[in-house]
Amino acid sequence: MKILVCISNVPDTTSKINFTSDNTAFDTTGVQFVINPNDEFGLTRAMWFKEKQGATVHVATVGTASVEPTIRKSLAIGADEGIRIDAEPVDGIFVARQLAEIVQKGGYDLIIAGRESIDYNGGMVPGMMSAMLDMNFVNTCISLEIEDNKATAVREIDGGKETLETTLPLIIGGQKGLVEESDLRIPNMRGIMMARQKKLTVVPPVEAADGTLDVRFEKPAPKGAVKLIDPENIDELIELLHKEAKVI
Amino acid sequence: MPVLVYTESEKGNFKKSAFEVASYASELAKSMGTEAIALSINADNPSELGAYGISRVLNAAEPRLAEFNARGTASLLRQVVSETGARVVVTSSSTDTKYATSILAGMLKAGYVNNVVSLPETTEPLVVKRTAFSNKGFAYTELKGEPAIIGVSNNAFGTLENSVEAQVEAFSATFSDSDFGVKSTAVDKASDKVTIADADVVVSGGRGLKGPENWNLIEDLAEVLGAATACSKPVSDLGWRPHSEHVGQTGKPVASNLYIAIGISGAIQHLAGVNASKTKVVINTDPEAPFFKAADYGIVGDAFEVVPELIEKLKEFKAQNG
Ligand SMILES: Cc1cc2nc3c(=O)[nH]c(=O)nc-3n(C[C@H](O)[C@H](O)[C@H](O)COP(=O)(O)OP(=O)(O)OC[C@H]3O[C@@H](n4cnc5c(N)ncnc54)[C@H](O)[C@@H]3O)c2cc1C
Ligand SMILES: Nc1ncnc2c1ncn2[C@@H]1O[C@H](COP(=O)(O)O)[C@@H](O)[C@H]1O
Repeated sequence: MKILVCISNVPDTTSKINFTSDNTAFDTTGVQFVINPNDEFGLTRAMWFKEKQGATVHVATVGTASVEPTIRKSLAIGADEGIRIDAEPVDGIFVARQLAEIVQKGGYDLIIAGRESIDYNGGMVPGMMSAMLDMNFVNTCISLEIEDNKATAVREIDGGKETLETTLPLIIGGQKGLVEESDLRIPNMRGIMMARQKKLTVVPPVEAADGTLDVRFEKPAPKGAVKLIDPENIDELIELLHKEAKVI
Repeated sequence: MPVLVYTESEKGNFKKSAFEVASYASELAKSMGTEAIALSINADNPSELGAYGISRVLNAAEPRLAEFNARGTASLLRQVVSETGARVVVTSSSTDTKYATSILAGMLKAGYVNNVVSLPETTEPLVVKRTAFSNKGFAYTELKGEPAIIGVSNNAFGTLENSVEAQVEAFSATFSDSDFGVKSTAVDKASDKVTIADADVVVSGGRGLKGPENWNLIEDLAEVLGAATACSKPVSDLGWRPHSEHVGQTGKPVASNLYIAIGISGAIQHLAGVNASKTKVVINTDPEAPFFKAADYGIVGDAFEVVPELIEKLKEFKAQNG
């Protein structure tokens, strides 16, 4: 089985989000970039398929040279090869088209992406790829088992979960649950050393249109001060929620 | 070139979000000087959408979609788009709808934005405001090309009553086998509970509650308020509560009208996922807990004392106000 894990390079979850002075771009000054958490769960599940079922695991990222540390980190965690598509990830449809090209050329059986990237919160790349490649697709995937070319997946639904059966080739949009938090791996020294020797191929993008453009950004309005209510006076809270906030 | 809106139903009944997106689509169509057309699948009363300004509803009575199927839904939507020549497609933010819409966007090679919080700022060009960076910022995004797909955030726009007569037509689609390449074999869902996605009120508990044996506090409060229950990430990681209740940046997003956080410190990743809620109430023993900075109302106090009293007082309030 040949697996491709699509890795999006995102600001660390603790990052303060600022925009450039004209508000047209995300200000990356001082921001630490990491593997998108949803993709990290997927990559860890891919490692399981590698170790238990002999799968080969490649990772791919659409991005400029600045994303290479994140690809190297994925290799240090255990992926066999990295691919970087050398382009600014303009929008979902553009990124999906680039990744679909890699999938087609590489003949992958399983493509693991994330439910959403935590920076742009698109929630669209894997679904778009599935349409472009005419492949089966399971989103918000929280469990995945594969036997020959049959897959059993569980996806999170509003208020519960659903079990699905499908066949490879398959694309998933993964999230926490694919593996437990405690299964996530921190690259060790040996992994980091080995990652330096692994193949990281840089490929040019294919011609593709984009569908959206972020014209400007804005920070949320600063929040007014909290109204503190005396724990001895709960009636006041109920009154405020009823009359002022009008939520009960 | 009309606006098309996908109005989701469950067991024949429209979801609350269906009325929100219907309201959004009819307002948008008005501002563009065109008509809003709704697509419903297996809805019992498609004409209900007339209350939200929709004058034309295409209803697909489709046995193959009796159980939700994402690719089948996307395929049906694609056919409706081509038949109606829709300029804009409006969809909701439910888990199922987002799943289907991402596939539709790929089929149409269309520009698609999620988490949209208001009507477009301009329609020529089409520019929408959406949350990005997990609620730490907003982006104004231009949708190029046609059709363009707008995913509206739950609870952001609300419903607008604007009663018109809705004309209902049957729509039939053709499918290929690959539309049904993913098959559902089991659904595990508590049917008597409000879901986090649909709830107006969410009551959420953190590590401050000390252990799963104390969750009756959260459940009882939720019951009085008709609320969904949620929790912080460590609470689900510790196995005190199911993963499906974990909210935040890496869990479920919350955009309710009222979010009550009990014994939750308010870490940045937690706030990122719940900040879209309109009114936030925090109950925490520590006056320095970061959540107080993000909250509208706060009580510095012990959950084990405050919550039981809050439950009693709310019961009295409900008894008086119906
Ligand atoms: C990559 C990453 C992603 C993450 N994603 C998420 C996410 O999606 N969602 C999420 O929630 N977290 C997430 N986290 C974890 C987050 O950083 C915090 O660790 C977590 O939110 C803390 O949970 P908590 O508030 O329940 O616990 P704590 O931080 O331990 O806070 C407990 C609070 O309870 C209060 N308390 C104690 N006793 C009482 C009492 N008797 N009455 C009232 N209050 C009391 C305390 O004062 C304290 O403020 C993520 C972390 C990382 C690194
Ligand atoms: N630039 C990118 N390079 C590789 N994969 C990506 C990129 N952007 C998004 N993805 C994948 O698509 C998933 C969903 O991203 P999005 O649609 O942006 O929310 C991510 O979790 C990744 O798996």
